[in-house]
Amino acid sequence: MKSTSTWKKSSQSIILLLVAVMLLLAGCSQPSNPANTGTNSNSEGTGGGNAQSSDAVPGVGGSAVGFIFVGTKDDYGYNQAAYLGSVAVEEAYPDLKVLRAENVPESAEAERVMEQMIQEGAKIIFPTSYGHLEPALNVAKRHPDVLFYHQGGLKTAENLGTYFGTIWEPVYLAGVAAGKMSQSGKLGFIVSVPIPQVLLNINAFTLGARSVNPEATTNVVFTGSWCDPGQQANAANSLIDSGVDLLSLHQDCMKTVVETAERSGVMTVGYHADASELAPNGWVTGSEWNWGELFVDMVKVGTAGEFKGSQYDGKYRGTLADDVVKLSPFGANVPSDVVSYVEQQKAALLSGELNPFAGPIKDQSGNVKIEEGQELTVEELESTDYLVEGVIGTIPQ
Amino acid sequence: MIADILTGAIRSGTSVMLASQGELVSERAGVINLGTEGSMLCGALGGFAVTVWSGNPWLGTVAGGLCGLLISLIHAFLVISCGANQLATGLTIMFFGMGVTAFFGKGFVSQQIVGFNPVPIPLLSDIPYLGKILFNHDPLTYLSMLLVPMLWYLIFRTRLGIILRAAGEREEVLFASGINPRLVRYLAVLAGGFLAGIGGAQLSIAYTHSWVENMVAGRGVVAVALVIFASWKPVQAMLGAYLFGAAQALQLTVQQQGLAISPYFLFMVPYVLTLVALLIVERRKQSQTPEALGKVLAGSG
Repeated sequence: MKSTSTWKKSSQSIILLLVAVMLLLAGCSQPSNPANTGTNSNSEGTGGGNAQSSDAVPGVGGSAVGFIFVGTKDDYGYNQAAYLGSVAVEEAYPDLKVLRAENVPESAEAERVMEQMIQEGAKIIFPTSYGHLEPALNVAKRHPDVLFYHQGGLKTAENLGTYFGTIWEPVYLAGVAAGKMSQSGKLGFIVSVPIPQVLLNINAFTLGARSVNPEATTNVVFTGSWCDPGQQANAANSLIDSGVDLLSLHQDCMKTVVETAERSGVMTVGYHADASELAPNGWVTGSEWNWGELFVDMVKVGTAGEFKGSQYDGKYRGTLADDVVKLSPFGANVPSDVVSYVEQQKAALLSGELNPFAGPIKDQSGNVKIEEGQELTVEELESTDYLVEGVIGTIPQ
Repeated sequence: MIADILTGAIRSGTSVMLASQGELVSERAGVINLGTEGSMLCGALGGFAVTVWSGNPWLGTVAGGLCGLLISLIHAFLVISCGANQLATGLTIMFFGMGVTAFFGKGFVSQQIVGFNPVPIPLLSDIPYLGKILFNHDPLTYLSMLLVPMLWYLIFRTRLGIILRAAGEREEVLFASGINPRLVRYLAVLAGGFLAGIGGAQLSIAYTHSWVENMVAGRGVVAVALVIFASWKPVQAMLGAYLFGAAQALQLTVQQQGLAISPYFLFMVPYVLTLVALLIVERRKQSQTPEALGKVLAGSG
């Protein structure tokens, strides 16, 4: 016979184990800390057996180009956009083999994948997720002859440049369309975690909507993860219940949100890729990456050995004018006067006549954050840490 | 607003609830199955895939259940026939489920399905407040609500229930009455896997209409925890699952009110609230643990 206390103990240990596992799994959905790759970059030199001299020109003479993605290539989102860029490279350079790896975690595993690609002849590698930066920097140190183009990074190296786009420009225009389309003036915005890029997009969207409807408000909901369909459905349903008639988002995948909105008769403004086919009725427009031409040009510069001193040597930011970011096609139910108004705003933005972040811009509590006449640089915008007037929601302190 | 939260509770709690009912059956027979997370993932993917191929969400539901059952068969074999440690095996099955579904699920991420949609029940859904909360859901949610009283009846009011409980409490009794406790445990684990699989399928083909790798995101583990805190009782496990769902809906509602509460804190609320509430329940009722839970079967069969 077992005493009750033994069973109590074993029951307690099971509970402890469960709590540990629960925290582990809940944590899995967070973007991992890029500083935490756990690999020692001092092992430099041991890997580079065929001793590249320091004057090797990075990017030249490879037989392949490598792309690594943090998710799957057809997620109607971030990874799909990057994947389409890799397809453009494949078509433009039939002589180069395109190596792709999907679902590469933002950890030391990414280093292993990149090393493998280098062994297979890649001299140019595109690590396309924010958290791939630290692994890429480590590999770049070991292989000075290989060129790295990292998507969205804020650090660079001799043979590593980063690229990104001023996506807030089309987000602002999509916000204008949203402000025109919404009947109630109540907009919903589903986001992951409060990083500057996310806050900037919420602000741009809200400023766009309020430029045509000063009464419009944006309800922001943080889900804590980049792609958890269950949480996305919760968030979408909760916003729809509270009376928003248009949903937008900044998540890595958007299929669940767009479909949930469509089933509930609510409009959507997309992000990352064109998902209009998921919402034939409610699709308004969206913001997209258009990496194809940029990637092709970056490979051209790299293989020609002209990386040093080119615009990609550092932090390159493509704009709406460069066609690196663009507005998605309009939905079938968007009236032509709305389309032409947004196109007009787009032309004004391209000509420099319109600046979405022209002061005065106030934050949620009414403090002026951008003074009248003040022009912010891209870098200043990319360090946004507040939400503008008209946004309902809180940034964690 | 309260009606919205309660509706959200049922919407987001149903998948967890189904899995916890399954785990409850398994644990009543003495087998803890941490692989529930894996069963849910297999059910979510299997159900989604079959719905894509057949266009019929009912077929998808059955397939989801069978996928959950299949992976729990591995657990049952290792634990019951080979005498492996239940917790270690369960964890392994959980990670196995994650890997297998991530691998086979790659092609399904962008697929569209015609899944289950909310079906308001005529008349009942017109009742103010209650109608919206209880009678405006997808068919699987209604079935899961019916399942709970049925399970309660089965476990506590039928001979089958006594056999099930005996397998988890005193296997000698079963030996004495000529019933093989191993067989009972096998069936209980498989039934648990089947229900967990349906829970996963509810998530993929009724709630989100999507498949994304690791989309269960810990809900299976929450389900296992709920069973323990619910003292192995179906109704309490159901309430626990709905409480978990309510906390998720609550944190989203609170965010929309624009209150100055950190979302990071709110993300934690569903887990903490569920644990605390069930802990209080657990403290009142001493030791409901099935006596042979987690024990490797000693009898020769």
